[in-house]
Amino acid sequence: MEDREKLNRLRWRCTRRAMLEMDLLLGEFLERVYPSLTPVQAEAFVDLADMEDLELWPLVNGARASSDPVQAEVLALLRNVRVK
Amino acid sequence: MNKLSIPVRKFDAVIVGAGGSGLRAAIQLSEGGLKTAVLSKVFPTRSHTVAAQGGVSASLGNSEEDHWHWHMYDTVKGSDWLGDQDAIEYMCRKAPEVVVELEHFGMPFDRTDEGKIYQRPFGGHMSNFGEKPVRRACAAADRTGHAMLHALYQRNVRANTQFFVEWMALDLIRDDSGQVLGVIALEMETGEVVAFHSKATVFATGGAGRIFYSSTNAFINTGDGLGMAARAGLPLEDMEFWQFHPTGVAGAGVLITEGVRGEGGILRNSTNERFMERYAPNAKDLASRDVVSRAMVTEINEGRGCGPNKDFVLLDITHLDPATIMKRLPGIREISIQFAGIDPIKAPIPVVPTCHYQMGGVPTNYKGQVVNEDGSPVPGFYAAGEVACASVHGANRLGTNSLLDLLVFGKSSGDSVIEDLRSGNIGLKDLPANFAERTLARLDRLNTQTGGANVNETRLELQRTMQKHCGVFRFKDMLAEGVARIVDIEKAVARTEIKDKSQVWNTARVEALELDNLIEVAKATMVSANARKESRGAHVRDDAPDTPANPNGRDDINWHKHTLWYREGSRLSYKPVIMKPLTVDTIALKTRSY
Ligand SMILES: Cc1cc2nc3c(=O)[nH]c(=O)nc-3n(C[C@H](O)[C@H](O)[C@H](O)COP(=O)(O)OP(=O)(O)OC[C@H]3O[C@@H](n4cnc5c(N)ncnc54)[C@H](O)[C@@H]3O)c2cc1C
Repeated sequence: MEDREKLNRLRWRCTRRAMLEMDLLLGEFLERVYPSLTPVQAEAFVDLADMEDLELWPLVNGARASSDPVQAEVLALLRNVRVK
Repeated sequence: MNKLSIPVRKFDAVIVGAGGSGLRAAIQLSEGGLKTAVLSKVFPTRSHTVAAQGGVSASLGNSEEDHWHWHMYDTVKGSDWLGDQDAIEYMCRKAPEVVVELEHFGMPFDRTDEGKIYQRPFGGHMSNFGEKPVRRACAAADRTGHAMLHALYQRNVRANTQFFVEWMALDLIRDDSGQVLGVIALEMETGEVVAFHSKATVFATGGAGRIFYSSTNAFINTGDGLGMAARAGLPLEDMEFWQFHPTGVAGAGVLITEGVRGEGGILRNSTNERFMERYAPNAKDLASRDVVSRAMVTEINEGRGCGPNKDFVLLDITHLDPATIMKRLPGIREISIQFAGIDPIKAPIPVVPTCHYQMGGVPTNYKGQVVNEDGSPVPGFYAAGEVACASVHGANRLGTNSLLDLLVFGKSSGDSVIEDLRSGNIGLKDLPANFAERTLARLDRLNTQTGGANVNETRLELQRTMQKHCGVFRFKDMLAEGVARIVDIEKAVARTEIKDKSQVWNTARVEALELDNLIEVAKATMVSANARKESRGAHVRDDAPDTPANPNGRDDINWHKHTLWYREGSRLSYKPVIMKPLTVDTIALKTRSY
């Protein structure tokens, strides 16, 4: 798959989610933070975006911690996103 | 282009939508031995049904005495007498059966000490015909919708339902006789356009809450089923009725639960006044949803809104002990920080009444068959869930009745397909010549448009127009002006331009196609609302006030009827409300007061 295709697929999975909270957060993250991630972090984000909302939400709001260090880094960045 | 230019796949039944209603219908069909395809824009368990936390209602009577007839009464009253009483009786009677069935499918309901399904109280649920609150809501912690989808999905996997994930249905296929023969759909991963030719087509595409600027609905709710039905010449029913939740975060729309006001949260205007004391001296901030929403809009309209544009009010919990907030409302603090940029321990949260649920939809009967204006079924076409209007919610939905609607009418639509096939009412007919013409022309137009309108900007304008002209509190002149504005926006939608013309994973194209559906829903809503000159349920007009002759502004003599909007010429028609239940006496018209 080309980069454009991969990015568009990721965009769809970030902005057509079950919960509005997640559409807003992941969409904002994709525009503002994702372009500056390292390749390893970017891969971790793709995996996070593939999670279901009720698995991901507790990781984002800190109710649960991730045991994977790269994933934890990306989650920390995600948690700092502010949607206006 | 002709029909030979797109591939055709054949199924007994095609279901569009894999939320609660689509998955429930699919179980009936696949277990009934039909070759069944389910199309979804997203993986099934990522459908919006996941967002439902509150629960699903059924008069199981597990905690105290309850009866389906009481549930029926509450639903008729909640609907402000616009719901069809045959469908409401059917739904409330079926509720215990479908909930217990769901339990057998593996739904992890909360339980009582004796191991029965635990039931909690919920607004509007009463015993003995409105006498006192009753526990009727069944839940799986705060993840009822999520758990429900998982249980239904697993059952479908077992039944060999075939899923087409990340496919978008674009249009219905209908022949000259009006029979529905399937859908045309786009596979996002390849960009391929395919016909799903079927004996029966079930719409379960969910709501269209994204027509409003401020909405609790996820981005996926673009009303595709409504757009497809309208383009195929079918009417949309009661589209002026949208339920608003008083406290969505201003801008983002994210829901702040009633529980915040339950814990002592106070609504304030720009002068810091606790304005609810003026509107509801007793209940104050805890008055019912519509009363609070209307008060908030009145404050904003009269110039006492907050912020640079004076377009929101404040939900204040700064007077609460931070320990209480951390303990009782931790999720709300997170939401407020992330979506309003405000720590509610230190500053109040900006909130506005926010669109939450669509009561109207594609007209169906209680069997889940889509019906023409005269009540006759449209052959081969069925619908269930938020896209459909059975009509059980009438002018206002009762909390937890939507998840119930998905189960009951998902199931009944599946049963109707099987019955209609068995009785020979429907069968596989040939596709008409050039059946894909209109759809391919629409795609072609989008690919070749130059100098056209930007999709995001046009959508935003549509949403702002709906919010301003057709929101929670409606004004005669604003509505009339709103109709004119929407007609202008429709012109822009017809000329949208996308820069990306590629085939594979072209999300810009998909978003433009979603906008084609949003505009149909917006027109139906604005035109229907402009025409209905009374206040009823969620449709509240400034020029239809509360008077002794018309309590709450409701005018039964002239307006006790369903609206039908047709896309062609934006024409309106009306049909009577079905007041005769299936077996019990009519619940006669009465003023709705709580
Ligand atoms: C925040 C929130 C909380 C709620 N809480 C409750 C509650 O506690 N109790 C209650 O009863 N109700 C609640 N509701 C309402 C209820 O959740 C919804 O009405 C219900 O889940 C809708 O289910 P559905 O099956 O009709 O559609 P959805 O679950 O929205 O599913 C629609 C499906 O259609 C698919 N689809 C749409 N368009 C297309 C297309 N063009 N092509 C292919 N597939 C398509 C989607 O991919 C999806 O699979 C809540 C709603 C919200 C927003």
